[in-house]
Amino acid sequence: MSKRIDVADLNVYYGNFLAVEDVNINIDAKTVTAFIGPSGCGKSTFLRTLNRMHEVIPGARVEGKVMLDGDNLYGSGVDPVTVRSQIGMVFQRPNPFPTMSIRDNVLAGIKLNNKRISKSDADGIVESSLQGANLWNEVKDRLDKPGSGLSGGQQQRLCIARTIAVKPEVILMDEPCSALDPISTLAIEDLINELKNDYTVVIVTHNMQQAARVSDKTAFFNIAGTGKPGKLIEYAETATIFSNPSVKATEDYVSGRFG
Amino acid sequence: MTVTTEIRSSRSALTRNKLPNWAPWAVAAGALVVSAAVLSLAGFNVWGWAVLAAVLFVAANWAVSFAVEGARKATDRFATSLMFGAFIVAMVPLVSVIWTVLTNGIAGFSLDFLTSDMQGVRGRVDNATAAGESPLMGGIAHALTGTFLITLWASIISIPIGLLTAIYLVEYGQGGRLARAITFFVDVMTGIPSIVAGLFAAGLFALIAGPGFKAGIVGAVALSVLMIPVVVRSSEEMLKIVPNELREASYALGVRKWRTIVKVVIPTAISGIASGVTIAIARVIGETAPLIVTAGFVTRMNTNVFSDWMASLPAFIYYQILNPTSPTNPEPSTLRAWAAALVLIILVMLLNLGARLIARIFAPKIGR
Repeated sequence: MSKRIDVADLNVYYGNFLAVEDVNINIDAKTVTAFIGPSGCGKSTFLRTLNRMHEVIPGARVEGKVMLDGDNLYGSGVDPVTVRSQIGMVFQRPNPFPTMSIRDNVLAGIKLNNKRISKSDADGIVESSLQGANLWNEVKDRLDKPGSGLSGGQQQRLCIARTIAVKPEVILMDEPCSALDPISTLAIEDLINELKNDYTVVIVTHNMQQAARVSDKTAFFNIAGTGKPGKLIEYAETATIFSNPSVKATEDYVSGRFG
Repeated sequence: MTVTTEIRSSRSALTRNKLPNWAPWAVAAGALVVSAAVLSLAGFNVWGWAVLAAVLFVAANWAVSFAVEGARKATDRFATSLMFGAFIVAMVPLVSVIWTVLTNGIAGFSLDFLTSDMQGVRGRVDNATAAGESPLMGGIAHALTGTFLITLWASIISIPIGLLTAIYLVEYGQGGRLARAITFFVDVMTGIPSIVAGLFAAGLFALIAGPGFKAGIVGAVALSVLMIPVVVRSSEEMLKIVPNELREASYALGVRKWRTIVKVVIPTAISGIASGVTIAIARVIGETAPLIVTAGFVTRMNTNVFSDWMASLPAFIYYQILNPTSPTNPEPSTLRAWAAALVLIILVMLLNLGARLIARIFAPKIGR
């Protein structure tokens, strides 16, 4: 269960302001794709358009096509709720639901939608999701404790467990490690490598070593200046981007000579 | 070689020029003594003594601190004294009210007083009480029941309306024209005099049920006019502080907006909403004027809010003072009024304590 994403001629606007211009990208199933680029270049905005989460921001709108295995996310009659149940998202800051226990946090996607499942099914989902997020051994004895009592790294893995519990096709991650220490970051990176076996993963990161470590392909976004739209500059195998990029701006950015 | 460290507990270089902790107390004692001495020349009274001592203390405390500790510390102590003074001034009326009601009302307070109504209590009965021939008769059971029922119905009407309005404003309105208009009119409603709310409810039911219709439900409608804006305002603030990240987390799991509101946003804010609602109830439970014009006043128990007049605690107090049961011996009526006031204050305090309790029970737990 994983699908590919093909984006064609995508423009993202905030009101009348063109934030991201003319993105074309093809993301294969069961790969890890990293988006890198300077702050404000629109990589997070673009990531949000991949599961229509940008619609939460007032005034944000999109022109163009995003195809999930050939189905246009922006086709008429497509319910954003359906899109989001197939394309999960992990945020920059861990955000477990404070009113719920660890167990209920994992089951949130199912329980909040009022789907009825038996207790044994629920137990199975909780265990497999937490195993999948490498968190099971740390929390199996305190599943009924609040999720907000965990450490930041554990909370982030809990959020990943919550995301994979609804069995999405694609997982989007918006700088998932930027609020975490190096050990927790390592745990998440190991996890991303395992997630690749089952899911298509797209990750936004400011950490270029991280992009080099976890991703198969890397997309470099850049912005010409304030007030200008962000653009996809180069998209290639990660090894190519970091050793032999074809665009000068990419080379400057990945080698630290940016600006 | 051994190194000995001399421990200088009081004369450390870092604590030089600092007044000892007992200094303000010494200054305060001095101020009290000096002002007592000064006033004994001019004629002593307690209030003058307190005010003069306070002024002397603030000045002397500043001067002593300025001489020993310097300008910055002196200013700090001066500001601290002023803030304490403001706090004490704010507490005086509150403590005074509670003390007056307690001392005046406790004598009339008994189990009988809570469980009997005013039926059969006429001037003759009160005359006998005033002459010392019988204990205080009559009670507030009917008024307590009326207050409880009217407030309950006011809550039943205003909590859903207020909460749903707040949800619209925070989750759907998004600063649009309708949302701004609602906010404006809610603010206007906050300032409506309570008697106007009462007249509105009386007028509304005059149209529906005929002129002169008075019942508990009319009073409940009048109270809900006063209560709705308070509920809207407090719930709105509570919903606003729910982090957007939680809404996004829910949307990203493929959860619909209204389910997100019902199952994520409201549970996260429920402790604040519940305590805000309780405070709104405490705000209207003591309303007098709107109840007199809408629910009327009776001396017997009425548990049906939809027909017949209904007593309430504030109206009970009002009528006992204004129309004593025995015009020649008003003391028993006055005593009943004080005792009823005591019960009302206790109710309001219990509601406020309840609000804190509710907030604590519903608060998201941070257990490890």
